[in-house]
Amino acid sequence: MAAPARPATRKDYVTDQDVRWCPGCGDYSVLANVQRVMPELGHPRENVVFVSGIGCSSRFPYYMNTYGFHTIHGRAPSFATGIKASRPELSVWVVTGDGDGLSIGGNHLLHTVRRNLDLQILLFNNRVYGLTKGQYSPTSNLGMRTKSSPMGAIDHPVDPISFALGSGATFVARTIDVDAQHMQEILRRAHDHKGTAFVEILQNCPVFNDGEFEELENRKSRTDTALILEHGQPLVYGGPGSRRGISFRGGVPSIVELGDHEDPEERGVPIHDEHYEMTAYAFSLASLQRPDFPLPVGVFRSVEKACYEDLLQQQVDDAREKLGAGDLRALLHSGDTWTVES
Amino acid sequence: MSSSAEPPPSPGALPTKPVEEIDRVAIRFAGDSGDGMQLTGTKFTEATALAGNDLSTFPDYPAEIRAPAGTLAGVSGFQIHFASEDIYTPADQPDVLVAFNPAALRANAKDVPPGAMIILNIDAFTSKAMARAGYEQDPLPKLRDRYRVVEIPITSLNRAALQGLALSQREVDRSKNFFALGLMYWLYNRPVESTERWLASRFKGDLLEANLRTLKSGHAFGETTELFPASYLVPRAKIDAGVYRNITGNTALAWGIVAASVQMDRPVFLGAYPITPASDVLHEVARHRNFGVKTFQAEDEIAAVSAAIGASFAGHLAVATTSGPGFVLKQEALGLAVMTELPLVVVDIQRAGPSTGSPTKVEQGDLLLALYGRHSQTPVPVLAPDSPGDCFHVMLEAFRMSVRYMTPVIVLSDGYLANSAEPWKIPDVSALPRTEIRFETDPEGFQPYRRDPETLARPWAIPGTPGLEHRIGGLTKENVTGNVAYNPANHEEMVRLRAAKVAGIARDLPPIEVDGPDRGGVLVVGWGGTRGGIRAAVEDLREAGHTLSSIHLRHLNPFPANLGDVLRRFEHVVVPELNEGQLSLLLRAEYLIPSHSINKVSGQPFKISEIRAGLEPILGAR
Ligand code: SF4
Repeated sequence: MAAPARPATRKDYVTDQDVRWCPGCGDYSVLANVQRVMPELGHPRENVVFVSGIGCSSRFPYYMNTYGFHTIHGRAPSFATGIKASRPELSVWVVTGDGDGLSIGGNHLLHTVRRNLDLQILLFNNRVYGLTKGQYSPTSNLGMRTKSSPMGAIDHPVDPISFALGSGATFVARTIDVDAQHMQEILRRAHDHKGTAFVEILQNCPVFNDGEFEELENRKSRTDTALILEHGQPLVYGGPGSRRGISFRGGVPSIVELGDHEDPEERGVPIHDEHYEMTAYAFSLASLQRPDFPLPVGVFRSVEKACYEDLLQQQVDDAREKLGAGDLRALLHSGDTWTVES
Repeated sequence: MSSSAEPPPSPGALPTKPVEEIDRVAIRFAGDSGDGMQLTGTKFTEATALAGNDLSTFPDYPAEIRAPAGTLAGVSGFQIHFASEDIYTPADQPDVLVAFNPAALRANAKDVPPGAMIILNIDAFTSKAMARAGYEQDPLPKLRDRYRVVEIPITSLNRAALQGLALSQREVDRSKNFFALGLMYWLYNRPVESTERWLASRFKGDLLEANLRTLKSGHAFGETTELFPASYLVPRAKIDAGVYRNITGNTALAWGIVAASVQMDRPVFLGAYPITPASDVLHEVARHRNFGVKTFQAEDEIAAVSAAIGASFAGHLAVATTSGPGFVLKQEALGLAVMTELPLVVVDIQRAGPSTGSPTKVEQGDLLLALYGRHSQTPVPVLAPDSPGDCFHVMLEAFRMSVRYMTPVIVLSDGYLANSAEPWKIPDVSALPRTEIRFETDPEGFQPYRRDPETLARPWAIPGTPGLEHRIGGLTKENVTGNVAYNPANHEEMVRLRAAKVAGIARDLPPIEVDGPDRGGVLVVGWGGTRGGIRAAVEDLREAGHTLSSIHLRHLNPFPANLGDVLRRFEHVVVPELNEGQLSLLLRAEYLIPSHSINKVSGQPFKISEIRAGLEPILGAR
C-alpha cells in the first residue's frame, strides 16, 4: 500500500473494488479520464480527497485510490467545505449528479459555489435518476415520461451552467463523457483554477435515458450541434459548407450563416473571452440550448476571486498577530473576576 | 433575619441611612423589551458577583426582537437571586419587582408575594399606557393595599439629571434603566465600579457622561429620598476559596470548545446556523480565532453539521451547535457519523417545542430525540450539563469521549442553562485533563475498521497520511476492511459492534453517588439543567423533616453502570423533568422499575415549590 517511488500512473489511482455501474454507463469513461489526469496534477496521492453524495455517480470515490468520502444525499459540497476549510493543502474533488447536486442538494451547491472554496465540483448530468430506477430529474426535459411521470414531467428543467453562474461561480465548464481529450483538458483546467471549479459532464445513462446526448456524443453530428468554446476564438461551429457563428446583437442570441472563409468578427460574432468579470456574457452563452442553437462545451467563465479557506485562515493569522496565540488561562480570567480567600 | 451591619464603602457621599443585613433577596427587573432589562440585569449580576454573593439568574424575554411597545407581549424580565449562602435557583418569587411600565407590572405582579416591594416608574403610568397594558382602571390603589409600592418618577428624574447634554430626548430616555440600576445598587449596597468601567469601554462623549450621570443620580436618589428608610446588605457567601467569575451556560459552552482545542492540541472546527438560543455559542467561539478555531456559518443546519463531519474526517476536532428544530435536521448526518465512526460533538440547546414553539423558553424535550431520533440502530452517547459552569466541563468530556471512542457525542444543554448566570470558580488550567490525539500513521497492516480491542474504536486515519488512502461512507461496511459489504451476517455484526462500543463507554463513567441515604423510601432522579431546582426542593423537604435521597444524571447514554442497582434500592423513584416523562420512560424500559413523574412543559424552569408539591404526597403517603 506504500506510496509509489516511481512517477505515479493511472494505475496508482485504481482501487481493488469492483466497479458497479451498468455496462455502457458514461460514468466509466469519466472515471478513466479522471484517473488518467490525476498523475499529472502534482499532488501526492495521499493529499487527494474525493467526496460524493448519493446516486450512481456518487459511487465514484470507491474506485479512486485516494482518500474518499461517500456521504449523504445532496450534501457532498458541505462535507467538502469542512475538509477544505480545515485542511486547505488537500486537493478536494466533489462528485455529484443532477439529482444529488441540483435537487436535494441545490442549496449546498449554491452556497459552496458562492464561497469559492478551491474545490473541483464534477456534476454528472444524465437528466434522470438512475440509482432509484428512472424517475425524472431536475434537468429532465419537460414532458419526459418516466415511472413517476407516466403522463410526462411537468417541471421546467434547471440548467446547471446557469445555476452555477447565478451562484457566482468563478470557473464554469461543460464537457461530454465520450470526448476523452476534451474532458481531460477541462479537468486539468478545473484543477488549475484557484477557486470553485464547476464542471457539468453530459453523461449517458443507457438504462434509463439512453441517447439523451446522442447528437453531441456522436463525432459527426457534434460538428453541427456543439459550439466548442475556446478562449480568444470566435463563437463559430459547423463544418465546411455549414459554417455558422453566434451573435448576441440586440442582447439576444442569433445564428449567423458564414461563408467558409468569411471573417466572423465582421459579421458580429464575438471572440470568446472567459475572463469577463460580469456574468452577462457567460449567461448569454448558457442560454444557448438545443435544438434551436448549438450547445456550448468548454470553459464559459474563469475569473479570480478570494477563496473562503484562505480568508478564514487569514482571519486566524490576523487574530494571532493582533492578540497573540490563544492563552486559555487568560481567556477564563478575562473580564471581571474576584477572589474568595479561604 | 436582619441585623445591623457595617455598610461596605460606596461611592459619593457617606451613607447616613441605616443598613439592614439580610440573607438573601430576589429582584426582578421588568420592562419593555426595548427598555434594556437584560442589560440592567446583567450589570446588576456582575456587581453582585463582585460583592461575593452566591447568585442565580433567570432572563426571560420575548422571542420577538421588538414586540409592540407597552404591550404584555413585549415584556422582558430578568430575575436575580443572591444570598450569603449557597443557592441553587433564581427563586420562585421575587422579593422586589422593578416595573418600568404598566405592562411589566401586569405581566409580573401575580408572581410577587403579598407584602413584597414593587418599585414603579410612575411616569409611565399614564391612562393610555395602562389601557394599552389591558388595565381597565388604575391598578395602583389596589396594589398599594397588597404590596409595599414605591412610586418613583424615573423618567423625569432622569431627564432632570441629564439636562445640558447634547442628547435627544429619546437618547436621554433610553438611559433611564441605569437610573434604576444606580438606585438598586444603593438599595443593596452593590459596588458600582464594574458598571462604570464597562460604560467607559462602551461609550464616549456625552453618551458616556449621560450614562455615568444617570447611574450616579439613581444612587444618590436612594440616599436622599424618604421613600427608602434603609438600605440592605447581603453579606458575602461562604464559598470555596478560589478565583471566581460570572458565567452563563452559553459562554461556558463556547469556552469549553476552545479549551478542548487547547487541551487536545488540535484545531477546532465549529459549524453552525443561527438559531435561538444557540447562536451566542457561535458568536463567542468566533471571537477566539487566535486559538486557531475556525467557525463556519453555514447555509443551513444540515450543511453546518456536514461541514463539521468533513473537518473531522480531515482530522480536526469538530462540533456543531444548534437547538431543537436544527437538531432534528442534523439527524441524517449524525447517522453518517455513526456509520463512518468519526468523532464529532453535536450540542442541542433545547427549547420549548414542537416546531418553532417558544424559541426563548426552556424544555428538556429532546432526550428521546437525542437517543433515538435517527433511523435504524444508531446509538450515540448523550451527556447533559447540570449548571451554567458545568457546560464548560461537559464539553471537554464530550470531545474526549468522541475521540477516544471514535463516535459522535450529543450534549443536551437547554435554554435556561444557556442564558442564566452563576458565579463560577475558574478551573485551574493545569489541572484540566489533557488528551493526546494519536492519528494512525502506519501503513503496515492498516485497515480502516480494525478496532482497538479495549474501546472498539477504529483508527483515525486522516488525508495527507501516505499509504493510508481509504474510502469511507454511509453504505454498510465490511468488518475490519471497511469495504462496501452486502453480507447479512456482517451487517448484523457491525450493528452489534457499534452498539457494544457505545455501551462500553459506561466503563469510563464514575459510579452514581447518592445524595442522602443510599437506600430507602424515595429517590429523586433528575438530569441536566433542573439540578438547582431539584436540589433546593430536596433540601427544603429535609429541613421540614422528610428523609429522601437524590441523584442527578449527567450521562444519559450509556447510563452509569450502577444506576440499576441504585434505583432498585428505593421504594419510590421520582423523576422531575421539563417534558412529559422522557427519562422516566427510559428508566422504566431499561430497569423495569415503576417511576413517578413530575412534569412541566410551560417553557419555564421548575419552581422549587412545584417539585416540593410533587414530592410531598409521595413522602406523606409512606
Ligand atoms: S442507472 Fe444509468 S447512470 Fe446509473 S449506473 Fe446504470 S447506466 Fe449509469
